[in-house]
Amino acid sequence: MEKKWEEMSAEEKREARFATWYAAEGVEFQSPEAEAMYKASVTRFKDTVLMEKTPDRVPIFPIGTFMQTDLYGVTPYECMYDYDKLVSTNKQFLLDYKPDYYGSPAFIGSGKILEILEFRQYRWPGHGVSKNSGYQCVEGEYMKAEDYPSLIDDPSDFWLRTWIPRVFGTLAPLANLAPLTWLWEIVAVSGLTVPYGIPDVQNALKALLEAGNEAMVWFQKIQAFEMEAKGMGFPTAMGGAAKAPYDILADTLRGTRGIMTDLYRRPEMVSKAMERITPLQIKQGVGMATMAGNPMVFMPLHKGADGFLSDEQFRTFYWPPLKDVILGIASEGCVPFLFCEGSFNTRLKYLEELPRGSCFWIFDRTDMAKAKELIGDKICIGGNVPAGLLLTGTPEQVKAYCKELIDVAGKGGGFIMATGTGMDEGKPDTLHAMIDFTREYGVYR
Amino acid sequence: MAGELVKLLSELKEQEALNFVEKALAEGVDPMELLGDARDGMNIVGQKFATEEYFIPDLVFSGEVLKGIVKILEPHLKKDEKTERLGKVVIGTAAGDIHDIGKDLVVFMLDVNGFEVHDLGIDVPAQKFVDTIKETGSKVVGLSGFLTLAFQSMKDTVDAITEAGLRDDLKIMIGGGQIDEQVRSYTGADAYGKDAMEAVKLAKGWIGGR
Repeated sequence: MEKKWEEMSAEEKREARFATWYAAEGVEFQSPEAEAMYKASVTRFKDTVLMEKTPDRVPIFPIGTFMQTDLYGVTPYECMYDYDKLVSTNKQFLLDYKPDYYGSPAFIGSGKILEILEFRQYRWPGHGVSKNSGYQCVEGEYMKAEDYPSLIDDPSDFWLRTWIPRVFGTLAPLANLAPLTWLWEIVAVSGLTVPYGIPDVQNALKALLEAGNEAMVWFQKIQAFEMEAKGMGFPTAMGGAAKAPYDILADTLRGTRGIMTDLYRRPEMVSKAMERITPLQIKQGVGMATMAGNPMVFMPLHKGADGFLSDEQFRTFYWPPLKDVILGIASEGCVPFLFCEGSFNTRLKYLEELPRGSCFWIFDRTDMAKAKELIGDKICIGGNVPAGLLLTGTPEQVKAYCKELIDVAGKGGGFIMATGTGMDEGKPDTLHAMIDFTREYGVYR
Repeated sequence: MAGELVKLLSELKEQEALNFVEKALAEGVDPMELLGDARDGMNIVGQKFATEEYFIPDLVFSGEVLKGIVKILEPHLKKDEKTERLGKVVIGTAAGDIHDIGKDLVVFMLDVNGFEVHDLGIDVPAQKFVDTIKETGSKVVGLSGFLTLAFQSMKDTVDAITEAGLRDDLKIMIGGGQIDEQVRSYTGADAYGKDAMEAVKLAKGWIGGR
């Protein structure tokens, strides 16, 4: 009899999750070759990130946001408003460039939904920035310093009745709702239903319905693409998503300047808030990975990079909750995928604390030789192909760069050829050089 | 008592620094002297940042503390007291890009190091740089950019400056997210800096100063 999920060890859960990813249930492969390619890519990824054996070759994963579509002259604006164009160019990209893994166009999102909800935390193409630009974050204190107690007290309630009303113009009236946990016993039902009768609240809910309808249209296109991509033989290397608790505060809630002053004015509040956020991130990462049937949990890291915190601040505020999230996700059999923008040279010593094969790190401007030396024997690393080189360099330069990466960081396996940043733009000759060269030179013999 | 504020500010002791300023004012200390001390304190913060004793949060927070001090001092200050500056630097985030954290750090470091900084903000069109260079007679320009689309905007800005006939005795530095030597060469800028300290070094090398 099969073991019950809750009785399984972390390793057994991980094996089961990888088996699900490998099995690709429901996927109609276009040919036996496509199926073989899919499975070989999954196996290659597994061998690479778990550090259990040397893979057949270096996995190739050029990570892009608008790059895939930019290569075909499709603007970011078109991507966010014309879903057919978005997915058809993403498909063409796979056919022409043949990376081992696809990056989901779900990352792009729908401009229409953002418009309906009046999203304020970003500007997007045609909406505050040029139609040729990707989306860009608008720094701000979406959570005020005085909000810490209510965030710590009940994060979900804070999100629903404070943060969401501030960040989505259309949903501002949700601030009128009563906390959902006030609903107990028959006597509370009628009274707590009253806010839903307020015309403003009703309009907000109508907008949500409208956004939901649009999301369905969008999602069906994305879903169809994802099934087709897999059927063509391309797995994706992203299942769930989570963030470092500090980044939830620094990116999402308090903003970069807000959190930095909090470190001096209210450090205990910062720590308490992260204690509350940590289990939520673990749950989200694992939950999404389970839904996706893919064990990889994408974690973009931002405000812990070199220079953004002192060593002591990193050790006190950034690292412990991040480590808890990584280990928490790993203990459920998932594999955190740390997407580490900027440089992490002064942080590498902390990464040595991570258990073998528990996660993998895609670096941007980190010294790869140093990373390989310090953690490369037990943690898979990758990335570091510079955006500047890909966009303004020559194929020969790119090949030379990738060769050096494979020779140094790729030695013995545990290395993924990837861009260190989510690329908004692409240049055909250099991208081909990165992919084609690695396919040939990155073979382990 | 002299120097106390320099110490409090440079050690980022916010409340103590603010209390000190209030008390000193009440005791009749010249507000200009206090402002001078605050500037010296910020200078030390800048030095500590340059030697990697301080990091970005320290810089950001010192700015907050300074803001508080200036707010207390402002009503007591006479207008039009200018300090000697090393030279002028025009700076801004290249067209199409709205990121400002990196740029603001560079502005801060240039300012505490004695430069007169003309900060044009974010998403700055090439023409705006050209106009400001003409107005100020600045010999150094800094272009910031976080996104890869800034590569092209920076190149366009450098080209526009050249076309306006201003390039010859002008130095242009670039920096931000994905900027490296490769991108510098693409844009035609004179140098790239990987952080705010390098921007200061470059500016000093070009227009003098310690």
